Amino acid sequence: MARRTAGSVTEAPAVRVGSLTKRFGERTVLDGLDLRIERGEFVALLGRSGSGKSTLLRALAGLDRDVDGTLDIDGTVAVAFQEPRLVPWRRVRANVALGLDVPDPRAAARDALAEVGLTERGDAWPLSLSGGEAQRASLARALVREPGLLLLDEPFSALDALTRITMHRLVLDLWERHRPAVLLVTHDVDEALLLADRVLVLDEGRIVHETRVTEPRPRHRDHRELSRLRSVLLAELGVTPEGTT
Amino acid sequence: MSLLSLESARPRSRPADRPAARPGRLRVPWRAASPLALLVLWQLASSTGVLAERLLPAPAAIASTAAELFESGVLTDAIGVSLQRAVIGFAVGAAAGIGLAVLAALSRFGEHAVDPPMQMLRALPLFGLIPLFILWFGIGETPKIALVAFGVAFPLYLNTFAGIRGVDRKLAEVGQVLRLGRAGLIRHIVLPGALPQVLVGLRQSLGVAWLALIVAEQINASQGLGFMINDAREFLRTDVVVLGLLVYAALGLITDGIVRLVERRALTWRGGLLGA
Repeated sequence: MARRTAGSVTEAPAVRVGSLTKRFGERTVLDGLDLRIERGEFVALLGRSGSGKSTLLRALAGLDRDVDGTLDIDGTVAVAFQEPRLVPWRRVRANVALGLDVPDPRAAARDALAEVGLTERGDAWPLSLSGGEAQRASLARALVREPGLLLLDEPFSALDALTRITMHRLVLDLWERHRPAVLLVTHDVDEALLLADRVLVLDEGRIVHETRVTEPRPRHRDHRELSRLRSVLLAELGVTPEGTT
Repeated sequence: MSLLSLESARPRSRPADRPAARPGRLRVPWRAASPLALLVLWQLASSTGVLAERLLPAPAAIASTAAELFESGVLTDAIGVSLQRAVIGFAVGAAAGIGLAVLAALSRFGEHAVDPPMQMLRALPLFGLIPLFILWFGIGETPKIALVAFGVAFPLYLNTFAGIRGVDRKLAEVGQVLRLGRAGLIRHIVLPGALPQVLVGLRQSLGVAWLALIVAEQINASQGLGFMINDAREFLRTDVVVLGLLVYAALGLITDGIVRLVERRALTWRGGLLGA
């Protein structure tokens, strides 16, 4: 299961962010943030509300260009948002193909939908999809662009627990097949530990903590090392364990 | 009548289930029942002399008048002329209303340039413009078409503008992330997103179009439905007056039906499961 290759580290990283600063009036939301994500690396970003997570994500996605600092991204950026944000008046397959610059967008969209297990729903309207289906369509729309960087903005937070487990497996599966660099923004410490190579904690616009997770995948949340890391991360996030460990 | 007793016997038995169980079958005859009953009552009142012929002729009399005028070509000619005024006026007004709304909604400059004068013109009373239009355009076809166009433009302008500005910003961000470009964003996100509201404007403006036409044709016309009605009044032909009104109503219903058809086709995505 250990698929990480040492070679990738010597190449140019997928993301290089230097002294990224964002102010809203008096308030500094990103405070000289530095971040490096290697190609094909899966990074999870934890942080409390207001820590600057979404601001960082919007800057990386190119949705907020009014930032100071340097931002180098290798390849295209794709985003799967918290709400799937499918365009409701385009059928699912057309949503995946939207803005796709390849010779046969429809065929590419069909393949991408097959990969996320939505072959039969290609002709459906987005509003008729379940939450999990919509999120899978959103993932297909992101991955069909073969991005160098895939941004996942709490894409599983609105799903029920069982669907979330399936989605975690799907995301890992897709990541291992396509190998984009991934930045997963999440509130969920367990989710970060189950999926990521590296977990970052963002607080007051800076990365204040970094943990490598070397456990081979698939991981189980009860694993001792993960439990230890969980306590560390929760402490970093300002949550103190209550009595039991 | 068995349907009636079934209905009244179980007034509160899960009403929501009924249309789903028998789609359409129950509703159509029910909705047609009361107008038919009124028609029968009307005919009865006329036949028995309760309703004076001079005030309101019997439905049968109106029907035979209709057949007569249809055969002589008077009715079809009048409808043709009125329909032409409505269509041209509507087309001009719709093009102006939608075009200006797109211009105003898509750029700050456009908004500053277009919106204030539009809001000012909107405040003018539509029918108060008739004397001015007669002074400007005479008494031919132009003032009538202009009045229809003027009335049509504003509902479409307001609704299109609101529709475009109301498009979900989050979807606009999707367009940005997917690198659709400005043209692609307008084509795939903005215009389809505004469409439901534009269709609301379309229905409103059709109502205004017929109203404006009827008023314009009343003032002065030498042909068309309005002329037919006015001419009939001179000769105390109440049946022709009523027939003219019925034709106006039918034309209004038909155009509204067309828009509803367009709506159903264009907005299938809202039905969700229906389109899947």
